This record gives sequence, C-alpha cells and structure tokens, in this order.
Amino acid sequence: MKTARRNKLKMNAFAWMLLFPSLIFLILFTFYPVAGALKTSFYMADLSTPQPIYIGLDNYKGMMEDDVFWKVFTNNIWFAVGTVPTSILLALLMAVFANKIVRAKGLVRTAFFYPTLIPMIAIGNIWLFIYTPGYGMLSRFLANFGVGDINWLGTQSLVMIAMIIMVVWKEAGYFMLFYLAGLQNISQEMYESAEVDGVPKWKVFWRITFPLLMPTTLFVSIIALTNSFKLVDHLWIMTKGGPDNASNLLLYYVYEMAFKFWDQGMASALTTVMIALLLLIAAIQFFGLDRKIHYR
Amino acid sequence: MTKKISYTLMYAMAIIWLIPLVWTFWTAFRPKKLALSPSITFDFTLANFSHVWQGAPFSTYYLNTLLVVVGIFTVQFLTATMAAFAFARIDFWGKQLVFVLFLAQIMIPADILIFPNYTTLRDLSLLDTKLGIMMPYLASAFGVFLLRQMFKTLPYELDEAARMEGCSLWQILWKIYVPLSRPAYISFGVVSVSYHWNNFLWPLIVTNSVENRLLTVGLAIFAQSFETGAQWSEVTAATIIVIIPLIIAYMLFQRQFMNSFIHSGIK
Repeated sequence: MKTARRNKLKMNAFAWMLLFPSLIFLILFTFYPVAGALKTSFYMADLSTPQPIYIGLDNYKGMMEDDVFWKVFTNNIWFAVGTVPTSILLALLMAVFANKIVRAKGLVRTAFFYPTLIPMIAIGNIWLFIYTPGYGMLSRFLANFGVGDINWLGTQSLVMIAMIIMVVWKEAGYFMLFYLAGLQNISQEMYESAEVDGVPKWKVFWRITFPLLMPTTLFVSIIALTNSFKLVDHLWIMTKGGPDNASNLLLYYVYEMAFKFWDQGMASALTTVMIALLLLIAAIQFFGLDRKIHYR
Repeated sequence: MTKKISYTLMYAMAIIWLIPLVWTFWTAFRPKKLALSPSITFDFTLANFSHVWQGAPFSTYYLNTLLVVVGIFTVQFLTATMAAFAFARIDFWGKQLVFVLFLAQIMIPADILIFPNYTTLRDLSLLDTKLGIMMPYLASAFGVFLLRQMFKTLPYELDEAARMEGCSLWQILWKIYVPLSRPAYISFGVVSVSYHWNNFLWPLIVTNSVENRLLTVGLAIFAQSFETGAQWSEVTAATIIVIIPLIIAYMLFQRQFMNSFIHSGIK
C-alpha cells in the first residue's frame, strides 16, 4: 500500500519534470503576454506618457470611435469571407482532380502546392510585379483584350480583391493536401457500387465524396479562418496597408500601432480584441462544428 | 464531354498556378536590360545573382536563418518529446488541465502576440538577438500533440519488456519511443523548419542590426531599397536565393514532404 502511494508520487513528479520545460515557455510566451496585453489595454501608455496612467476602458472606447479601426476590422472580415470559402472550394477541386489524373500527376500537384513553401514576403515581391500598372504582367495580359491600364494596388476598391486572389493562390494548394488525405480514406467499394447502380457522377460527388470529406472541410476551414487573421506579411512589402487603409488588416494595424505610433495601450487593446476573436473561433470549433475531429 | 472540358480547365489552372514561379526564374536569369522586354530570347546570365550577393550581406542572413531554424527545432525536439511522453504514457494529477493549457497555444499562436512578447524580450534584454527570435517558439503544442498521437500507437508491451530489462521510463523514452517515432519527427521537422524559414513579422520586430537579421527580413529590406519598379532582376534573384533551399528540399523528397504535411495536419 505504501509503496504504491510512493510510486504514484514518483510518477507524478516524473510527469511534471517532463512537462516543466514546455510549461516555462508556454507560460512566458503565451499566458503571460495574454495577461500583459489585457492589463496594458487599461492604461494610457504612449510616447507622451512615460509613466502609464490607468484609464479603465478608455482605450476600447477610443477604438470604437476610431474610423480606422472599423475600416480595418471590416477589411479583415471581407478578407476572411473572400479567402476562406474560395480557397477551400478550389482545394477540393484540385484534390479530386489531382487524385484522378494519370498524366503529369506529380507536376500538377507540385504546381498547386509550391506556393505553400514560399514565404509571404517573397510572394509579395512576385505579385507586386504581377499587379504593377503599365508593364506589370496582368496589365500587359489585359492590354491584349483592350482593357485599359488598372492600378490594382493603388485603387481603394480593387486592392482587397487583388490581395484575396493572391492569398487564395497561396493557400489552396496547402488545403488540397488535407483533401488528398481525406480522399484516401474513402473506400473504393462505395464508388463501385454507385457505378453499378448507374448513379451520375455529380450525384456521386454530392452524395458520397462531399459528405464524407466534411470533417476535413471543417478542419481546413478553421485553419483558413485563423490564417485570415495571421497572414499580413505581404502588406509590409506591397501596400503598407494602403491606399488609405483599404488593404489594412488587424494584425498589421497592431504592428503599426505598436511600432510606428508607439501607442502601447491601444496596441494592447487591439491585441486583446484579436485574442477574443481567435478564442471565439476556437469555441465555434469545439462546441459547435467539431464533432469528428478531436485532439485526443 | 464535360469530363474533357473540366480536365482541360484544371490543367490550365495548374499552368496558371506555375506562372509566377516561372516568371521569377525567367527574370532572375535574364540580363537586366531584357528584364521587362516581352520578347522571348534565351540569353542566360548569373550577373543578377552576383549583384545581389555583393549588394547585401545575404551570407550573414543565410547563416542566421539556419542557426535560428536549427536552434528552434532542436529545443522543440527536446521539450515536445518530453511533454508528449508525459501525456501519452503517464497518469498524473492535473493532466486534463495541463492539456488545455497546451491547447491554448494552438488557439492563440505567438504570431499575434507580437507586441506583448516584444515587451517581455525587452525586459529580458534579449531584443536584437537570435535567441530572442527563437524564444516564443521553443515550446510547440503542435509538436506535443503530434508526438503524443504517435507515442500512443506504440504497443504497451514494449514498455513492459524494457522495464523487465531494468530500463527506467526516461531510458524507455529515449531508447525506444524516440527511434520508433521517426515519421512523426520528420513531419514535425518539415512543418517547423518551413514555418520558421518563412517567418517574417516577428524577426523584423525583434532585430535591428544586420548581424542578427534573417533571410526574409533581409529580402524585404533589400526589395524596398529600390525605387518602385526599377530592379526586378535583382529582386527576383534575391527571392530565389531565399526560396531555393525549401524548393530543392521539396523536389528531392516530394513524396515524404507531401505525406508529412498530410499527416501533420490530421492530428
């Protein structure tokens, strides 16, 4: 009895020893900063106030009255609406196609997948050329059809669409991989019996393939949704959030607030809003959609 | 008929997808004076690359990125292996709670905590150091879950046999579990290395000296140093310098690369 108890104690000590290094970093760079952002968001802390002053919810009030914040927030929603469904749909098409074809299979997969391996900052460089007015690739191509010169990145109403197309191009191939994996798990027999019964191809897709890939779709949409708040590197190289904040996104706005305007209180309040948004996405995943994919 | 049309469309899409890469290589290896000419000629040059290599300290950037990427993965390897083993094989008090603590890192990635983490590094006097760039990523909840999943698939009889031989749990972990979990470590490595090779915003914020600058940051600063629209030859050459290691690695290990990406996603 006593040795069993001592054994139990020893095992506990051992487990916590194993967890200790990870926990240190987790606490220092995940929990402490979350708490820190929350705390600083209640203070006025910018270049004019060397000693932070407690101001309660004033940063949040200021944020609610800040037109730029609402613009950036709305941009981010549109960015998500534009990138998430499109890239998922394309990824599904890519996977179904790349799974079936015989000719140039490897090349086709590589063509769809390689943008995943390229840093956002390099993609920004390449697409900057594509979108450049005058001698840019897209302008020259459209000129063949008599379309006049368009300044994609310099026009407020077009810049977000241009960014969305670029991000869909980058992400779709990555999501394709998850669908390829999902397709491997669907048993071939189901397709065979459908064929015997003479079920039309599109019906097979909507009645068998699509529902069976639902867990993959949910998983991928969470990644895509989170990414739409994380991917901002391209802004630094392409537009700096402009023109007039038309392409600005939340995380980039945090970066500007913190490291350009040095308004630490507001940067913290914005960070807190982002944390809340991400927790909301996680909650949707856990309690609403995610029944089949578990972390355990 | 519809089948034919849809196949043609998909092949066309694959070609469209490749255009940016083809253009990048095409421009980088062409003489500068032809960079914007629409004519198709087959002049070949490496001059753009030597300009870039001399124009900015890319060798320093390379070394820094290598150090950071290897450093992060080495530490992640240790921390994640240990934590994953605790979750997979030991019953301990507070397991559920600690598990949720780890999940939180996946929900709230360090990428969005740039400002508070910057403050922490300042307090630790680690700004503008390579260690500072690595710090927020040294524990990886993703790695922990991936390895835990792998460890759980290993038969329990192995443990018992090893314990009969007089092995401690610590020895069982490093001598049996780690070597048998190679595929999971490869996935983990691929994801970790490609992620940190490509990371930009955090290294940009943390570093301000050339000695500690990473490739992505170097590329961005290099590209911004030109007047708009002037230097496509140099910028494409620099872009290739940054992306080529991962592209080559991908081509060499295409199958493993794809598989590891697939498996790492489905935890």
